[in-house]
Amino acid sequence: MVRVTHWITTLCFFALLITGIEIVISHPRFYWGEAGNVLTPALFELPIPASRPTVPTGYGFVLPDQNGWSRYLHFQAAWIAVSTGLLYAVYGLFTRHFRKNLLPAAGDLSGRALWSEIASHLRFKPPGEAEARSYNVLQRLTYLFVIFVAFPLAIWTGLAMSPAIASAFPATVTVFGGQQSARTIHFFVSVFLLLFLLVHIAMVWLAGFRNRMRAMITGRAGAHKEHA
Amino acid sequence: MSNLSRRKLITTGLAATAGASGLAVAARLAHRYGLIPPDHGGIYGAGETLTYGFQRLLTRHSMAREFPRSQISKTPFPNGDPPQDEAFKRLQARGFADWRLAVDGMVARPASFSLAELKSYPSRSQITHLACEEGWSFIAEWTGVPLFHVLDAVGVLPQARYVVYFSIQRDWWDSVDMADALHPQTLVTYGMNGNELPVGHGGPMRLRIPRQLGYKNVKYITRLTVTDSLKGFGKGLGSASPEGGYAWYAGI
Repeated sequence: MVRVTHWITTLCFFALLITGIEIVISHPRFYWGEAGNVLTPALFELPIPASRPTVPTGYGFVLPDQNGWSRYLHFQAAWIAVSTGLLYAVYGLFTRHFRKNLLPAAGDLSGRALWSEIASHLRFKPPGEAEARSYNVLQRLTYLFVIFVAFPLAIWTGLAMSPAIASAFPATVTVFGGQQSARTIHFFVSVFLLLFLLVHIAMVWLAGFRNRMRAMITGRAGAHKEHA
Repeated sequence: MSNLSRRKLITTGLAATAGASGLAVAARLAHRYGLIPPDHGGIYGAGETLTYGFQRLLTRHSMAREFPRSQISKTPFPNGDPPQDEAFKRLQARGFADWRLAVDGMVARPASFSLAELKSYPSRSQITHLACEEGWSFIAEWTGVPLFHVLDAVGVLPQARYVVYFSIQRDWWDSVDMADALHPQTLVTYGMNGNELPVGHGGPMRLRIPRQLGYKNVKYITRLTVTDSLKGFGKGLGSASPEGGYAWYAGI
């Protein structure tokens, strides 16, 4: 179940990422507070061309507009990702997956233990036999953050941009200080998740791509060739 | 291994059967309670139907947020130019005195209203957010007659399910369900920030639906048609938006 939900989420994440980029291209300017448009000073602008002629980007051309299908797919992928996430969360609670595999042991959270784990990462020490079957403390903390902070925040700020959701549950927006703030936070959470994805792939690569991918797909660790 | 995978197989099979029959029942119920959007077909139809169905259940009577006067944007952005054709310019030159809003379809007394007539109806002013699907937005005070007053005046027949609205700009037409049509914040807007509605923002008349994105808020409206089905309009997808690739329901 953990692996199935992982790969469904992966597919959804790519769909959300690509369509999210398409959507942001139509207005690569960000604001803070409730409202903002091209006549308002921006909090910051992305140095990219836009898909709408009304946005002053400094580029002499306008990219093709892909927002229609991007928005349809963004929300459909979000529905699948949210349902998958809920399934995973319920499963993880019932089977104690979170407690067994993700909550770090108390001893691992001491400054010295954390430091030695960071140091062995920095020396690119290849993972030992034990680590092929269990997550180390840095993995556990990162995964917990991604699962319980980053993804929920991305969903929440996404919902906060909906005028209908905001009408029924105004607090979803006011907690961020406005709809444009929610949009800006949504952008930063997405950037964080993209960085996580890149590091995640790099770590799988360094730990032995074929072995790790086999473990992530089949569930069998198979640390050595002769045991495989 | 065989024990575990057999148990897994049985539970998965049961769950799948329950899920499939649950879906079939849900689809029938959803249709009966008007939770299926006109653009429910195609590869993105499932997501769109979930969004519309859930939001209809959660937000049927919810009120769009209204803001204090201090929050009104100093720079409201009028997206796009007003119509350039002679007919519009002639109407504009006469202060839109000859502008008419026709109401027809499933109504007891089809009628056509001038700007002055609409202004004689009870009005409502509200400071709300207008957000474009592109990502930008502004807050303004909008003044107009709630659409339900206009619909009351013509006598909507009980089988009505949608109100289709047309603009002097032929390629921009849209529709809403009765939940949005009868919503107290849905206005036939003729004023903005204490003045006449500027032509850049849709003057003389724009339909404002603050619980949906900007593109549902059609400018320069000339005709409303009350109907029980959207099949006969355009390609039957509910509005010009899905024909151009955009969702019919824009509450997101």
